[in-house]
Amino acid sequence: MLKEYKTVSEIAGPLMLVEGVDQAKYGEIVDIEMGDGSVRHGQILQVEKDKVLVQVFEGTEGINIRDTTVRFLGKPMELAVSPDILGRVFSGTGQPKDDGPRILPKMRLNINGNPINPYARDYPNEFIQTGISTIDGLNPLVRGQKLPIFSGSGLPHDDITAQLARQSTVLGKGEAFAVVFAAMGITFEAAQFFINDLTETGAIERAVLFINLANDPAIERIATPRVALTAAEYLAFEEDMHVLVILNDMTNYCEALREISAARKEVPGRRGYPGYLYTDLATIYERAGRVKGKKGSITMVPVLTMPEDDKTHPVPDLTGYITEGQIIMSRPLHRKGIAPPVDVLPSLSRLKDKGIGADKTREDHADLYNQLYAAYARGKEAQELATILGEAALSAEDQKYMKFANEFENRYISQGYYDNRTIMQTLDLGWELLSMFDNAELKRIDEELIEKYMPKFRKKKDGQEPESDAAEAEDQEAENTEANPEETEAPEKPQE
Amino acid sequence: MAEEKIGKIVKVAGPVVVAEGMTGAHMYDVVRVGEENLIGEIVELHGDRASIQVYEDTVGIGPGEKVVNTGAPLSVELGPGLISNIYDGIQRPLSALVEAQGSFIKRGSDIPGLPRDKKWTFEPSVDNGTEVHPGTVVGQVQESTLVLHKIMVPPGVSGTVEGLKAGEYTVTDPIGTVKTKGGEHTLTLMQKWPVRRPRPVTRRLNPNRVLLTGQRVIDAFFPIAKGGTACVPGPFGTGKTVVQHQLAKWVDADIVVYVGCGERGNEMTDVLKEFPELTDPHSGEPLMKRVVLLANTSDMPVAAREASVYTGITIAEYFRDMGLSVGMMADSTSRWAEAMREISTRLEEMPAEEGYPAYLGARIASFYERAGRVVCSGAPEREGALSIIGAVSPPGGDLSDSVVQATLHVVKVFWSLLARLAQQRHFPAIDWLTSYSFYKQYLSETFENKEQGQEFAAMTQQAMTLLEQESQLIEIVRLVGAESISAADRMTLETSKSIREDFLHQNAFHKVDTYTPIEKQYDLLKLILHFHKQGLAAIENGVETGDLFALPVREEIARAKYLDYAEAEKIRGIEVTIDKQVKELYSTVASES
Repeated sequence: MLKEYKTVSEIAGPLMLVEGVDQAKYGEIVDIEMGDGSVRHGQILQVEKDKVLVQVFEGTEGINIRDTTVRFLGKPMELAVSPDILGRVFSGTGQPKDDGPRILPKMRLNINGNPINPYARDYPNEFIQTGISTIDGLNPLVRGQKLPIFSGSGLPHDDITAQLARQSTVLGKGEAFAVVFAAMGITFEAAQFFINDLTETGAIERAVLFINLANDPAIERIATPRVALTAAEYLAFEEDMHVLVILNDMTNYCEALREISAARKEVPGRRGYPGYLYTDLATIYERAGRVKGKKGSITMVPVLTMPEDDKTHPVPDLTGYITEGQIIMSRPLHRKGIAPPVDVLPSLSRLKDKGIGADKTREDHADLYNQLYAAYARGKEAQELATILGEAALSAEDQKYMKFANEFENRYISQGYYDNRTIMQTLDLGWELLSMFDNAELKRIDEELIEKYMPKFRKKKDGQEPESDAAEAEDQEAENTEANPEETEAPEKPQE
Repeated sequence: MAEEKIGKIVKVAGPVVVAEGMTGAHMYDVVRVGEENLIGEIVELHGDRASIQVYEDTVGIGPGEKVVNTGAPLSVELGPGLISNIYDGIQRPLSALVEAQGSFIKRGSDIPGLPRDKKWTFEPSVDNGTEVHPGTVVGQVQESTLVLHKIMVPPGVSGTVEGLKAGEYTVTDPIGTVKTKGGEHTLTLMQKWPVRRPRPVTRRLNPNRVLLTGQRVIDAFFPIAKGGTACVPGPFGTGKTVVQHQLAKWVDADIVVYVGCGERGNEMTDVLKEFPELTDPHSGEPLMKRVVLLANTSDMPVAAREASVYTGITIAEYFRDMGLSVGMMADSTSRWAEAMREISTRLEEMPAEEGYPAYLGARIASFYERAGRVVCSGAPEREGALSIIGAVSPPGGDLSDSVVQATLHVVKVFWSLLARLAQQRHFPAIDWLTSYSFYKQYLSETFENKEQGQEFAAMTQQAMTLLEQESQLIEIVRLVGAESISAADRMTLETSKSIREDFLHQNAFHKVDTYTPIEKQYDLLKLILHFHKQGLAAIENGVETGDLFALPVREEIARAKYLDYAEAEKIRGIEVTIDKQVKELYSTVASES
């Protein structure tokens, strides 16, 4: 039973007031038919008696009070889903945007979803190998995690998200994998770069794209991440797929939310963003995860550009409080030509300890990243000191740490966007870099582990000059024979 | 209060619904909203118009639908069955919700907080005919191996007890009656209490016992008292949650109530998965057997988040009334304040700072004031304590944030988390320079040996002074190099570094390091300061600082924290090694000259 009204009484910004409406429901979706027969979509933000406040996704431009008909559809916004959505491109509200056929829905899902019962959640603990050392080695990503990329204008976050989508695998498992990409207010170029990258690798077959470009209606962006996550939930929890969701760029989403809030004349919070921004973002981010008894999972990588690279700006700040860590891009590293320019020190993966260790990656992983972090933090300080005082004024120890920091940046962080390193390569590289320190300096690593892993890197270094080939070949052999019993034995170690 | 008032919805705006025809409603009455019976609470009254905050998602609700007033304020059920349970913000058991609704939380469910079908073995502890008063213990139920659940006369009931009999009861079965002046009151294992009202006590006492946590920086430097209050503010990524989890795991309390208020779902899952696997260091039993969890994650309805803190503290007070020591952790109170702000905005109240309602400070203060060491009401006389530890998540880590400031007004312990320390992977990232505790004076009394206690207090003071000196020296060294300061100052720097790395730094994920008994803390700190003393003496005698700092025993000092306390002798043995190795250095000086 559809109800139509021609009683629009007020239009302001993206909002429209309709009067005399019977039995409207909060959150209900409406079709707005304009004088020329074209149709726009909206959602009810508030109902008071017979007055209904509607936000118009496509903007209110060209709508007039006299000729507009509003149809109340009696249901919240839904997305039609079926396995056929894979490989398709949709608009920011979920309408097919490519030349493909209509989706024959297997089911229709409310885009707002429902919160996952914390009791039904399964803890994310499966290590995802991204092939990026700064992530795998130092901030490991696990299935079901939400790990945002904090970037800035002009930084290569598109390259790193494309690399993530291309390279992410779970070790030793060939399970169904899908990518859901939601573009919110990004440029045509950025979206096309991502689509091309997926097409070249054939990954587009396993991808669903929801595209709201910079010149698409801003208010539509409010729905885009929800639509994308509804598709992701369907693929993960109904079709048993492991889904990587990329939301690019959440800052634009928040700006759209602010626009609505301002139009409603709500009391603004920090920088004009509404006071409920935290709750609103949480209802998006918290849709990542694993659920007990379901095979699939949703791993989320939201991208956001920090205005003026300011981490305390409300959008990155509130995001950081909800997500399980953050990968931060560094402008100085980018200027140095280091790619991907991940700012290691403030980056963090909160779930790392659960996804690594003897049976997941390697027993030395946790101690190793702690040590690398500590050494790099120290080296960074020395680097800064050197810029003030000059290198010559540094103590021998500081100089050593500075050398480490430089090496670390050039070899460990810098790897380019097409180098897919295995986790073992990443871990070994860590040991190799640390081999410039004495064992006693490696306070964060368990002695047993140092004895077990360090010798082969020290040997390699010392043996380099005299008889390089023979020595190295020997080392290589020693490595191989050593490596196997290690893995099977795995002596008792502190629990993660 | 049997009369049911039925009103009608006139307005829906997010979590706030306005209804008309609510004559006779009270503030904070619980109502059922709409055809789906969503749970809500009245937060504003204008004539017969009531504003209602709804604890569930309001999509699909519209004007004209009914609102039924239950006539009772938001209450929790208190009785056997609380322990090991996990609830949402309004005490709905999440495990039962999974069974009833599946993996996702749907609306309108009505599952009671305490299981109705489970039978408990009740043993009376008073004879029939005894005169009882509110809070008097009439019997007990062994709820878990760790918790002996005292059954008390509910507040407001006095008289003589009759018909009390041992047996197997569900929480709703009558176990006896109290003959009061006005009639008969049926006793059950369960009682109800409105969450926004503090439970009564006979008398409040000063908190003067330290609540040990096994966390070195906390116990030794910034201790919290039994019945005290503490707050942990810090920007994201500084380990607030890990600190809270560590406290929940290792705190020396009989009961822990952990409230996950508007935080991450996966973190709650972590707690749920980890706590049952952990053993309590004091009893050797699974930790979960003394824990009540409340999880209202950030994606769950915002109004229920506002209530979750009150639900938690009411449950904590109930256990306190049994004469137990209870620790309550709230992570994070900022989310609670934000929920208040969101509701306030929807009510179109005039905002104070940062959009928070003007009553923010008062609400925070009255919440923390529910902590304390008390003489519980009723017989037998018993003391209970309720300590509150609240995490605060200020935007951008800015401590001038309203929630931080309002909290600092009332709490007595402040653990300030620093992003810089977290980046250096110094955990817990508690800043030793700005944190404080008003309970430090009670620290010496936690040792059985009074002398040892006083010595420990003196040692922590010395360590603190060294760290203070370090912060000044380090600036000088930065600018002019380590060579230009005196050998004694270099010793100070080295010892401070040792205090930081070998004592304050504590690995929550290391099986030994995660918990340090107070006696071991004494031994560890003593080692470091002993080396300091011997080092200074050696420097006086011409020993080179370079040789001193390179002594192999320093490695042993650094690793001492990883030694199990069963090997306490080994730790104390290092002291002898220090003496020996330092003495050996003296001979090198002698031979050179």
